[in-house]
Amino acid sequence: MKYIDEFQDPGLARRLLDDIHSTVTRPWALMEVCGGQTHTIIRHGIDQLLPDQVELIHGPGCPVCVTPLEVIDKALEIASRPGVIFCSFGDMLRVPGTGRDLFQVRSEGGDVRVVYSPLDALRVAQQNPEREVVFFGIGFETTAPPNAMTVYQARKLGIPNFSLLVSHVRVPPAIEAIMQSPNCRVQAFLAAGHVCSVMGIGEYPELAERFRVPIVVTGFEPLDILEGVRRTVLQLERGEHTVDNAYPRAVRPEGNRAAQAMLEDVFEVTDRAWRGIGVIPASGWRLSSRYRDYDAEHRFSVTGIDTREPAECRSGEVLQGLLKPHECEAFGTTCTPRNPLGATMVSSEGACAAYYLYRRLDITTASLEASPVV
Amino acid sequence: MCLAVPGRVLDIEERDGTRMATVDFGGVVKEVCLEYLPDLQVGEYAIVHVGFALQRLDEESAKQTLELFATLGMLQEEFGDPWELAAEASGSPSPGGIEASQEVQQ
Ligand code: SF4
Repeated sequence: MKYIDEFQDPGLARRLLDDIHSTVTRPWALMEVCGGQTHTIIRHGIDQLLPDQVELIHGPGCPVCVTPLEVIDKALEIASRPGVIFCSFGDMLRVPGTGRDLFQVRSEGGDVRVVYSPLDALRVAQQNPEREVVFFGIGFETTAPPNAMTVYQARKLGIPNFSLLVSHVRVPPAIEAIMQSPNCRVQAFLAAGHVCSVMGIGEYPELAERFRVPIVVTGFEPLDILEGVRRTVLQLERGEHTVDNAYPRAVRPEGNRAAQAMLEDVFEVTDRAWRGIGVIPASGWRLSSRYRDYDAEHRFSVTGIDTREPAECRSGEVLQGLLKPHECEAFGTTCTPRNPLGATMVSSEGACAAYYLYRRLDITTASLEASPVV
Repeated sequence: MCLAVPGRVLDIEERDGTRMATVDFGGVVKEVCLEYLPDLQVGEYAIVHVGFALQRLDEESAKQTLELFATLGMLQEEFGDPWELAAEASGSPSPGGIEASQEVQQ
């Protein structure tokens, strides 16, 4: 079997695969929610090792990819202002806004800094009291608690020159939106393990019941994915639809209560637009009214931005699992990691990037074989 | 960014009323906030995401994950100089330089 020797424990991988192969009797479509899982799947060729009846559909779980273009444009605008130090995680540097990215803003003289942790951005604010320091707060339930804590600290320590440009998103409403879409083919979910490390699994039983869909909490190492798929297929074959935790070493059913409490204090649930997908009700967080002073959108009124999505980019369909990246016409031609048209090609967790990095050779060979030789 | 990496607590101190730790990620050492796992002790492992410990992890699974990440070059992706990585990906010179790599070490 291709690639299997690269698994950390090839013997165990083979046993899990054999088990999956002998369980499957019918075609099933599973969605892995997390972009980290997508990368593991493509990098290790897990989709190719699975029986043909088991299809993995890539979900929207890449925080960089789903950040709306409008928010990126706001970030670029704020970062270009004199007197501002704009701090961001490294992943956001090359995400295309309308016409440029943060990398270019820095080349043009903007003070854009990369931080490892939001607390580093707060320290930059402490060290530069005469400047406005803005942190780009994006991400799912894993990144939101660190950002919430940072705003809480800013208020506690009385640091007035710090603010957050917030675009946080939540997984459960996205699962709901996917299940309600008329084109939905998803029959089960591999839920994102680290999101559940924070939130626990309490939000899922209702979804599993309402949509009669198995939800298996899954880690993102190769063997975790195989185990997640194995348990999912077992449920599907038996006609069950429960929430199952296949990642207990990192996920307690109740999650991290301290983090949840901080989220509740600093943020409030809001409708949020997902890039390429549109507005999903209650799918995001914004700063609650008590922390409004720390909201960069409030502090820097940014209006009149002319946001333009490149027409040829089909990342919205990719993010909803309706299109595989290589089926996009721009893939590998006008859109490459060097000249990305969409965030899904530039993010280290984007599905287009995963296919470009690990699957391009396979695809080229396959299309050569498929096309008639003249 | 969404990658959460297991690390081992080297020491713990209180700073600005916040519980902070020095954490070793397979050779890379970083400051990590323990406010969400306040009872984590020196020598223990936790899953750390953007400088925050989010959940305890047993030693064996932590070591296996770190080993795997190192083999796959994912630690470099997570802790390397993002300006260099971005410059390399875009084929343009890095606007970062020395100052940028110091930022990451902060
Ligand atoms: S290949 Fe490029 S243009 Fe096509 S969907 Fe992906 S990011 Fe968009």
